[in-house]
Amino acid sequence: MQYINQLLIILGASFLGELLNLLLPFPVPASVYGLLLLFAALLTGVVKLEKVEKTGTFLIATMSLYFIGPSVSLMTVIAGYVDSLPAVLCICFASTLAVMAVTGRVAELLMKTGDRKPDDVTGKEGGERKHE
Amino acid sequence: MNEMLAKSSYFGLFFGLLMFWAGTKISARLKNSLANPLLIAAGAVILFLVTFRVDYETFNQGIAHLTYFLTPATVALAIPMYRQVSLLQRNMKAILLSILSGIAANVLCILGLCLLFGLDAELYHSLLPKSVTTAIAIGVSSEIGGVPSLTVAAVVITGLFGSSVARIVCRVCRIKNPVAIGLACGNSAHAIGTVAALEIGEIEGAMSGLAMVVAGVLTAVLAPFAAGLL
Repeated sequence: MQYINQLLIILGASFLGELLNLLLPFPVPASVYGLLLLFAALLTGVVKLEKVEKTGTFLIATMSLYFIGPSVSLMTVIAGYVDSLPAVLCICFASTLAVMAVTGRVAELLMKTGDRKPDDVTGKEGGERKHE
Repeated sequence: MNEMLAKSSYFGLFFGLLMFWAGTKISARLKNSLANPLLIAAGAVILFLVTFRVDYETFNQGIAHLTYFLTPATVALAIPMYRQVSLLQRNMKAILLSILSGIAANVLCILGLCLLFGLDAELYHSLLPKSVTTAIAIGVSSEIGGVPSLTVAAVVITGLFGSSVARIVCRVCRIKNPVAIGLACGNSAHAIGTVAALEIGEIEGAMSGLAMVVAGVLTAVLAPFAAGLL
């Protein structure tokens, strides 16, 4: 039953997120509203971590599976843009590399020059990390 | 083939999961992060559907049941974020500045390449929101005069590509801090990048989820200004 109770809370946040998406005029998806709602509920203690942790961890661990459908849906769109496809692919690849490198480098530098040693980050939580 | 499979409720779900399973086996064998199980599964399914002239709708009526869990799974990303909340508070400035720099890099790179390839404004507007999660990207794209379906394609290509190259990019650019790795993944490749970040570690996953949300919201706010550049 605990998995069902936990799923109920997460589905509740998803549903409230959907309502916000319908009621508010911003292009923010239900999932982002839901994430913020659940985050706020955890921070304020309305929802205790143990009440959502097991089902939530399961949902996150299986997240790649939920992208199979959206990924395959590419085939329905690409046919209409055959001419500009090489340019589109090139832009997607190049800009993704640029964003990833810039974001990572800037974060890395700012955290190094910050008032703490970077060891603080890997120190305590380091044990939980999986290594390649 | 299509008529027969169109009557099946389990074809899409079974076949999609089967190809994903095959993808995990292949990727474990190759030990190469470019061989991403999701990428292999999507490629194999598309190849099958195109070869045997099966409609996407036929496949989707099964797999849609899995896609249905995408929203609750994204909502659940609040959990690793909450677990890392102290790390988040301590590094607030670095987090916001790096996400903003990434967004600026995205705009400049797309604008530059669109000018280089001589693409029209419609394509520029469609590609601009490609690094954020699908639903935000669709909203932004239609807001600034892009083609939403092309935006969805760009978002998915970006996610698949970003999650495949994440480890390599971080190694080459010497991005070693778990917070920085997570921000890089989430800011460039949204939720699919977050999956890759979660595979690297808990902190990476939490920061990637955070970057995805912050980048999504900032892009929704800033995109109309960037759209005016072309």
